[in-house]
Order: sequence, then C-alpha cells, then structure tokens
Amino acid sequence: MTLPAPSRTHQKTKRPAQLFRNLNAKFASIPMILTALVVFVGGTTWTVVHSFTKSRLLPKLDFVGFDQYERLWSSNRWMTSVENLLIYGVCSLVLTMTIGFTLAALLDRKIRFEGVFRTIFLYPFALSFVVTGLAWQWILNPDFGVQNVVRGWGWTGFAFDPLNNPDIVIFGILIAGLWQGTGFVMVIMLAGLRGIDEDIWKAARVDGIGVVKTYVKVIIPMMRPVFVTALVIIASGIIKLYDLVVAQTNGGPGISSEVPAKYVINYMFRAQNLGQGFAASTMMLLSVIIILVPWAYLEFGGKKRG
Amino acid sequence: MNFTKKMMTAALALAASAAHSADLEVTHWWTSGGEAKAAAAFAKAVTEGTDHTWVDGAIAGSGGTARPIIISRILGGDPMAATQLNHGRQAEELIEAGLMTDLTELAEAEGWADFVNPTALLDSCTLDGRVYCVPVNIHSAQWLWLSHDAFESAGLDVPSNWNEFVAAAPALQEKGIVPLAMGQQGWQQNIAFAALTIAVVGVDTWRQVTVEKNADVAAGPEYAKVFEAVVDARKLAEDSNVQDWNLATNMVITGKAGGQIMGDWAQGEFAIAEQVAGEDYTCLPGMGLNEVIDTGGDAFYFPVVDDLEVKAAQLEMASILISKEAQVAFNLAKGSLPVRGDIDLSTANDCMQKGLKILADGGVLPSGDQNLSADTQTQIEDLMAEFWASDMTAEDAQGRYASIVADAD
Repeated sequence: MTLPAPSRTHQKTKRPAQLFRNLNAKFASIPMILTALVVFVGGTTWTVVHSFTKSRLLPKLDFVGFDQYERLWSSNRWMTSVENLLIYGVCSLVLTMTIGFTLAALLDRKIRFEGVFRTIFLYPFALSFVVTGLAWQWILNPDFGVQNVVRGWGWTGFAFDPLNNPDIVIFGILIAGLWQGTGFVMVIMLAGLRGIDEDIWKAARVDGIGVVKTYVKVIIPMMRPVFVTALVIIASGIIKLYDLVVAQTNGGPGISSEVPAKYVINYMFRAQNLGQGFAASTMMLLSVIIILVPWAYLEFGGKKRG
Repeated sequence: MNFTKKMMTAALALAASAAHSADLEVTHWWTSGGEAKAAAAFAKAVTEGTDHTWVDGAIAGSGGTARPIIISRILGGDPMAATQLNHGRQAEELIEAGLMTDLTELAEAEGWADFVNPTALLDSCTLDGRVYCVPVNIHSAQWLWLSHDAFESAGLDVPSNWNEFVAAAPALQEKGIVPLAMGQQGWQQNIAFAALTIAVVGVDTWRQVTVEKNADVAAGPEYAKVFEAVVDARKLAEDSNVQDWNLATNMVITGKAGGQIMGDWAQGEFAIAEQVAGEDYTCLPGMGLNEVIDTGGDAFYFPVVDDLEVKAAQLEMASILISKEAQVAFNLAKGSLPVRGDIDLSTANDCMQKGLKILADGGVLPSGDQNLSADTQTQIEDLMAEFWASDMTAEDAQGRYASIVADAD
C-alpha cells in the first residue's frame, strides 16, 4: 500500500504535459473512442432504459417499473434457459480448459506428425456453429447416428439419444460445443507452452521433478496470461450461446434446451415485445458484470501492487 | 421556345416511362412447392395486368423467420413496395406509427366491403376505420387429417370425429402405428390445442377466453376438460419424433401415423404425394365435432414509400391482388380459400369444398392472429411446447394458461 501513493503524486506533476503528448495518436483514436461511447455505452444505456418500459414492436418511453423483470423471472422458459446456461457454462469452461491443455501438453512432448494432429484438432473451429449443430444433430439422431451404428454392431439394447431426452439434452449440445471449441483453446495453450523457456525444463530435470509435477507446479502458474485469454474467449462464447442451439435442437424437446440469448431474440422479434427482450438482455449483461467486475478488480487492481 | 418545348417533351416522356414501369419488390415467405406456384400466379397477374415488374423477394423459412426481417426493413427506412404478413395484429404498431399506406379510398372505390367474405377479414385490415391491407386468402387451422391406409391395416373404419379417433387409437398402436403425428414445435402444438379446445368446449366458451380474455373461464372446469384432452392427445403422440409439420404430414401420407391435427395447408402435401381426398385421406374440419373454421390467412401490406411512381403502382397492385382472376389462380395453387364470396371454385377438391361450404354457412371464427398479440401467442406457444414434451399435469398447464390469458392485452 505504500507504493501507489508516490506513483500518484508522480503522475500529478506530469499530467499537463501528458494530455498533449502523442497528440497525433490521441487524435487518431477519437473515432474509436466515439464508437465505443456511442455504440457500446450509448446502446447499452438505451437498452437498459427501455427495459423498464412496455415497448412492444416499437421502442416507446412508457415506463412500467420492474414489470418486465417480474414477468421474466416468473417465466418457466427463462428459468430453464438460465439453468441450461449455468450447466453448459460450468461444464464447457472446465472441460474445454482441461481437454485443451491436455491436448496441448501432449502435442508439446515433441511427438511425430504434430502438424497433422494440430490441424485435425483445430479443424472443427473452422466450421460455424450452425454447421456444427446440424452435423451433431445427425450424429446424435437415434435413427441414423451413433445409436443406430452401435445397435448395428449387435448391442441392440444400446440407447444414446441425448437430443430426444429433455433431462440430458443440454449435454448433447455440450458435446458439440466442446468438439467445436476445444481445438482453438488447444492452439492458444500450445502457443503458451512454446513460450516457456527451455531452461525451465532443463532446471526441472536437473532437480529431478517429474513431468506432470513440472506442468502443474511450474508451467501452469507461468502460463497465467494465456489461461486468462482462453478464459475470456470461452466465457464470451458461453454467454452468447445461440446458433448452436438453434441449429441442433431449436430449444427442444419442449423448452428443455432453451438458452437466454434465444429468449432475447424470440421476445424481441417473434413476440414483438422489445421491453421483455431488453429486460432479458439486461439480465445477461448484469450477469457478465457480476462475474467480470471482481475478476477485473483482482486482475488489474493487482497490477499496481506488482 | 423550341428548346423549352423539347425539354418539356423530354421531361414528360421521362415521367411517363417511369410511371409505366416501376419495379415492385414484394417480400413473402411462400417458398414450399405449392406456395411458390401460388406466388408465381400473383406475379403473373401483376406483370400482365399492369406495366410494373414484380421483383420477387421470397424469404426462406417460415413467417417466424421472415417477419423480423420484413419488419426491421420497414423500421430501418428501407421499405419494400409490398409485403405479405398475416392480417391481424402483427402490423398494428407499424400502422399506428404511420408506416403503412392507407388503402381506404381504393377499397371504397372498388367496394371491397361488398364482396369480401367473411367481413371479419376486412375488419382485421382496418384500424380506426381506415383500410391498410389487402386480404388475399383464408387459411384455417382446425383440421384433422386421417390416413385411410393406417386405419385399413388395423382393420378399422376411418373415424368421423375426434372421439372415434381416440377410441380407435389402441388398435393402431397394436399394429405399431403412431396414432397422432405431431411435430415437436410450439406453434404446431398450439394449433392442436386450439383445435381441441373448439372441439371440446365449443365456440361460445372458446370465444369467452380467446376473444374476451376471460381468465376465470380459462381456469374453470370447462377448460379443465380441454387440458385433459390434450393430455390424452399427448399420449397418442408419444412416439412421434419429427420436428417439422410436413414431416408429420408425411407420416400420415405413408400410413405410419393415423392422423394429424394441422391447418388446411397440409393439403398441399397430400396433393404433391398424389393422394385423393376421400380415397387416400380424409379431412375433418373442426375435428368432426364442431364444424367451424377460423379465418386466419395472408394479407398484403404496402409500406409507405417516398417514390411517387411506386406509390401509384402500389394501389394498382392492391387492386389486382383482390381481383377475381388473381384470386382464383392464386388460391387454387395454394389450396387456400378465396377472400371473395362471389367467385366460382368448382374445380377445387373435396377438402376445399368442405371449407367453402362452412364459409358459406357462416361457421367462421376469428383466428389466433386476429385475437391475440404476438407476445401472448409466443407465451402460449412456449407453454404448449413445454406441456406436450414433458409430463406436466393438466392442472399445472391450465393454471399457467389462465395467467397468460389474464395478462393478455
């Protein structure tokens, strides 16, 4: 706590000069700053304000207080959506990270044909979520896909139809999501691993530390920035989960695989109820902020100390 | 002098040529086989009847996909010359915001009110006494489609109403036939629910809930019977795993399913499969219990545009769409009923004739789109999607339905 104080006074003396330093760069970034303010901050404020109105097809400033939110949280479909997103989010985060890192670590062991494996693992990422969703819809279809193939091999009692079972349908979507996203995380992790100095490995070997232990105790802590990058990419993918669900199940069976983003789109456009859609999107924003603010505080607030 | 004259002639010629050939972009979501043929019939009528060109703006996917695109184009200041929408409350706010062309003068000059049958169609195009759309066809949703093959293979007579159908179901199941084909999508399940409602409680009670939005009736004992009937239907549809309505219809066509509750557009599928009404399949309007049909359907709206030429062309087009010739050509292709009571459709098939007869007898109801806002419709569809796919009890579903009705606007 002693360090920040002097640095602040230091800044104070420099401030007048700093405002005019790099004037060209500052001038050049005005369009971007304006875009950020008008489009992101302005658009967000507009949405939040209108979520307290009873806007239907057209936005109107006809305030109704928290009515839209009350309706939102008493709606079964929204509750199912939130629950699905939580399950999908936690599983996707943990599994993508674990599988991604494991694959990267395995590739990093200087195996043969590394390039081939890397391409194979990364390939699904080149497909859009819509294509992924359709492909996995067919693979998981009990009449054509995995279940049918295994039954064809003789196990006639074999049952694997997650997309037709309301209780586990979200895991059917999770499989497709993992298949699509893990390769990309693996590549990020691999880049991080390649950034680790060879000398670390040599030192570990000299000290007689096992490979796994070196990874867990030394390498992973050193790769913190890479993990943060991967985390942000995965997390943003989770929150906006939409096209995969639309392509794979369209929210079915019933409403058992609905997700919040789909609720927003449906209520804004199909139900022509902007207020309700805005309320739902505000809740999505709020959940991001609740997770992001403490994290950003820890991450960037901590920098000053270091 | 000479120069001025030349200029004027040139300007006149320019104006004249422009007035004669406006490009009219028309958006619609008629993309399946029969539908595309019907849209082409309209395009032909417009191209031949006027000097304007019909620029086809078909949007693939159902109305649910197309409507947001159409609406956001109108709101975004890039209006098309004309667009299909379902008449009813979908365009209400667009009209209130002054984004749709007022057709009242044309409607009065041509006397639409005299020949549009049922009059409810024109009413739902009217807001505060002004007409804003041209109804082009009538589609009704209260039909039970039955496969003769399925019932023959089970050694049964083809049922003549819903109750007989339910009674015959166990025999079908024994033969491995799914009694009721049902696409697992909310709007289809909602159609089945609405059709069952009218069949079970009758028109008057239905009207109290759907038109007058009386939540007490919706929560009452009569409606309880409806939800019990849906629970029964849910059991009959247990083994139906298809999603799209036409795949469900296909189950009926191939005899894998006994029947399907679906709108009269299912007829197009039977026609493409070259099946004959009364021989290969039977249609029962109003589920064979209450012979009424609703008067949903499509209408054309003309967004307000700045271009004066297009403005004039819009009115010409409106007049063509409702003309006798275009109505006959369009509706025969689409399998829907015409909006005019004064044309001859003797070439229509058995099912269409049944529909026409009901229409002539006045057994008509306003459709869901005419009674309920898109918001309420979506909520009911969400409820139905959940109700049909889970083991939710009839009481639960009824309670939630009643609260949606209570909040409806």
